[in-house]
Amino acid sequence: MTVVGNLRLNGVEDLERMREELLACRSPSSKCVRVCMGPGCAAKGAARLYEVFCEAAEQAGGEVEIQAKSVGCHGLCECGPIVIIEPGEIFYQRVEEPDVPEIFRETVLGGRVVERLLYENPDTGEKALTAEEIPFYKVQKRIALAHNGVIDPASIEDYVAEGGYTALAKVLTSMAPEEVLGEVERAGLRGRGGGGFATARKWRSCRQAKGSPKYVICNGDEGDPGAFMDRAIMEGDPHAIIEGMIIGAYAIGSRQGYIYVRNEYPLSVERLRGAIEQARELGLLGRHILGSSLSFDIRINRGGGAFVCGESTALMASLEGRPGEPRAKYIHTVESGLNGKPTNLNNVETWANVPAIINRGGEWFASIGTEKSKGTKVFCLVGKVKYTGLVEVPMGITLRRIVEEIGGGVRDDKRFKAIQTGGPSGGCIPSQYLDTLVDFDELTKLGSMMGSGGMIVMDEDTCMVHVAKYFTNFLQKESCGKCTPCREGLAQMLHILQRITKGEGEEGDVEVLEGLAELLEGTALCALGKTAANPVISTIRYFRDEYDAHIQERRCPAKECRGLFRYEIDPEACKACGICLKNCPSDAITGQKKVPHVINQEKCTLCGACWEKCPFTAVLKV
Amino acid sequence: MAGKIVESVVMTENNELIDRIVDRYDGELGMLIPMMQDIQTECGYLPVERLRSLSKRLNVPLSRIYAVATFYSSFRLAPKGAHEVTLCVGTVCYLKGAGRISEVICKEFRIDPGGTTPDRLFTFQAVNCVGCCAVAPVMLVDGKYYQGVTPESALEILYGLAPDETTADEQEGA
Repeated sequence: MTVVGNLRLNGVEDLERMREELLACRSPSSKCVRVCMGPGCAAKGAARLYEVFCEAAEQAGGEVEIQAKSVGCHGLCECGPIVIIEPGEIFYQRVEEPDVPEIFRETVLGGRVVERLLYENPDTGEKALTAEEIPFYKVQKRIALAHNGVIDPASIEDYVAEGGYTALAKVLTSMAPEEVLGEVERAGLRGRGGGGFATARKWRSCRQAKGSPKYVICNGDEGDPGAFMDRAIMEGDPHAIIEGMIIGAYAIGSRQGYIYVRNEYPLSVERLRGAIEQARELGLLGRHILGSSLSFDIRINRGGGAFVCGESTALMASLEGRPGEPRAKYIHTVESGLNGKPTNLNNVETWANVPAIINRGGEWFASIGTEKSKGTKVFCLVGKVKYTGLVEVPMGITLRRIVEEIGGGVRDDKRFKAIQTGGPSGGCIPSQYLDTLVDFDELTKLGSMMGSGGMIVMDEDTCMVHVAKYFTNFLQKESCGKCTPCREGLAQMLHILQRITKGEGEEGDVEVLEGLAELLEGTALCALGKTAANPVISTIRYFRDEYDAHIQERRCPAKECRGLFRYEIDPEACKACGICLKNCPSDAITGQKKVPHVINQEKCTLCGACWEKCPFTAVLKV
Repeated sequence: MAGKIVESVVMTENNELIDRIVDRYDGELGMLIPMMQDIQTECGYLPVERLRSLSKRLNVPLSRIYAVATFYSSFRLAPKGAHEVTLCVGTVCYLKGAGRISEVICKEFRIDPGGTTPDRLFTFQAVNCVGCCAVAPVMLVDGKYYQGVTPESALEILYGLAPDETTADEQEGA
């Protein structure tokens, strides 16, 4: 429903008029079907659902206006595909193509609820009609994700109708750059990319730095495995990022911005590119934004698949067309960054918080959270929890509430072992610290960090030495190789961890690991190397017994490290079906009909085929 | 004689492509990576003669272009297979068994991650997190997501791939 077409907005009044016109077009009787197109739902066939809803809406025609809308990630990926029906905000989960005619007939046209598609609370058996009634959403507070799942990310009209670009209008008409800085300072906003540096301080240093032009950069190189917060915002609400960047550029005095997007996120590039085009057409980017003296434009660069480019100086090297190698930061990038010019870089989520801060005031933002960590933080709650997905919570919430109330606890009734936060540079936090508050400084004290917001829950079946090896392997591969401690140190650490998980560990290995970790932390060039030992150090700190079991007893307590446990068949549970026998590649299993099967340990190569195939879970790891 | 004519035709086409791509970015050296990404989109990989033309056109040493091409894992210096298979081995997928899936695929098709099957049916890549952790383990085939993959279902998907001649032929050197 394009109302304005290609009309350029020459002033704040034009923007207001556009919003009023858009809102006037919305008839109170109009209905809307919102189909979540987040990565989780898309993987479960949401695109097809959207098509079918569009067809149905077209065929219905008639007096009522019916609109099908594709929206960004709604968060509860576990229960996708998610479809929401307006009016009423009726929340349908696990929708499949055959459900579409029923939803359309009953809910959209008839105004009745299809009970079987509602979310049911597994504890109480109660059905939830709207998202607010679902425990997963109850504890959340949405600022950065406020528009996710509500607006069509491909439509600037939708964003404007929801109050988009009002913060920009406010800044341009009534605030001096210094006042904008003051507002962000009052909000106490800290960088959401991991470091937690005070945003206002960074902006001010860049504003005061000598040299021109000045650049602003949005870091969308979300490389942490197990994290997709930035992706969700880029694909669900791209204009919030753009609006945040324009406001930042105004405060800093920049005319050129860049958004650096990870190579693995093609849809993010498409969404942002579309959003930038639309913003340019309306005169919200380019020369004389909204008729003011501010000129600013944004360019998108795609990453090349290097994790280290999430580091600010490496990212800037990449933007200059060079290999993404970081440099020592004796001189800060706010003074000499991209092309040697003052450059301010912030993470996607940081930028997306800016419009809300301007609109509602720094004090409002600062009223949420803890003393030193304000506002909310988006996390990707994944791993072995019942409800995985994207969550935004106020700072200061306990880890326990996130895992138990939002995530519904550990799945399959397993025991909770640890929660890994902060991506590969973070650490594993054990159960005795679950009541820790989510706060930049509290998490750092535990040897982990906030990071960009990955939160991976691990259960009793996860071997912590194995986890440490996984992250070390990841970082060793992604190390750019420029500085020796990181290049050689990580390789040595990985080598030792590989030996330990193979049962070839030696006394003193843990101490060598600790020594190398200290060396890395003290001498590596960039944040990647300095924090690379966190997974190893935190697992040694909290799970030393597991290291000892591997080294001294040649045993993996979680039974994950191949070779450090055996497979055996439980004669009670074995139904003598013969499936394991047929699938064993080394003929190590013997048995006949009605006789429980037995594994010949000498022949067994520990491939695990019997364990995977047994339909009665009679094959045990011992 | 005939060989020379063919070569010159190739060279002209070659330069047209490079000119088009370089002009798209106003010849700005800072946009070297996007330029190379565009070459890879057009050719399927980075053919050496195209990189030579690029080096000439931008007036930068070929070594610098190679430094970029070999630093970033998304650049390919050899043609890819007819299909692109990407397995996520991010933390969550890994915890849920992606490592095992990768092993099984590599063993079954006798390839290494990053490699292409000898019949050029597919190029197999193991990448760190595609951002679909909620439905892990995840595998992508030509951009289509498969959720909750197991070693068996992965092999089933791969054996179901059609030897798509057209895609393979479009690539240079195929």
